[in-house]
Amino acid sequence: MIARLSAGVLAACLLSAPVFAQSSKPTDPQIAHIAYTAGQIDIEAAKQALKKSKNKEVREFAQDMVRDHTEVNKQALALVKKLNVKPEDNDTSRALTKEAKAKRAELDKLKGAAFDKAYVANEVAFHKTVNNALETTLIPSAKNGELKDLLQTGLKIFQGHEQHAENVQADLK
Amino acid sequence: MMPGRIALAGLVVYALSSGPASAETIRVTIDKLAFAPTEVNAKVGDTIEWVNKDALAHTATATNGDWNVVIAPKQSGRLVLKKPGAADYFCKYHPNMKGRVIVSP
Repeated sequence: MIARLSAGVLAACLLSAPVFAQSSKPTDPQIAHIAYTAGQIDIEAAKQALKKSKNKEVREFAQDMVRDHTEVNKQALALVKKLNVKPEDNDTSRALTKEAKAKRAELDKLKGAAFDKAYVANEVAFHKTVNNALETTLIPSAKNGELKDLLQTGLKIFQGHEQHAENVQADLK
Repeated sequence: MMPGRIALAGLVVYALSSGPASAETIRVTIDKLAFAPTEVNAKVGDTIEWVNKDALAHTATATNGDWNVVIAPKQSGRLVLKKPGAADYFCKYHPNMKGRVIVSP
């Protein structure tokens, strides 16, 4: 019950940043898991968009997301292997995955322009949430220098995605 | 004999110091989502070469739409500058990456 409640609370907070504001600082194995999970979620979302959308700009954006997040996660996996760190599942990762699954189901019911708008709006919101988490929680909590460095580069990439998504969103209106 | 050699040397000096032979290649490095240097000065006829050290694809896209260079991961992309003036540019994939080229005639 407590676990269900806390996951529910986390999921409810997903649209605002505090989802990541855990009472205790996440450890490096947890941070690696959260960052990787966020990347996988965005790849899944992009794959859904590539299946459903016919809008050229939306499709190009989705392709960019698959390409960039695949590369960043490849680097993340190489790093955890090198550091001999085993990514560790945690409440934040689970809440992210749960929320993403619900979002995918919700988007799946939409078609055409309605889908495009909802997908892009969610991309803006998702990248905002992740970037905020990176800035306020994940990067400051990371102990290993190389992990911190990768997260910092990741933040720049995802801030770029956030702006890119905002540009696409403006064009859809 | 002698005057001919002097004239030839003069021509060589001329060729090295003026005209199209003086066009330069100016290198801009892309590393961790940043163009460096951010701003470059060039002349019409010069080439900008963007060297992408990132494992991600980037673009150098003029804000006014005049040019768009796609730079593949770990590759480079080139642009010959044809028009004088200042041009702001950005990366289409990561619009937080910005640069500027100032082209003199």
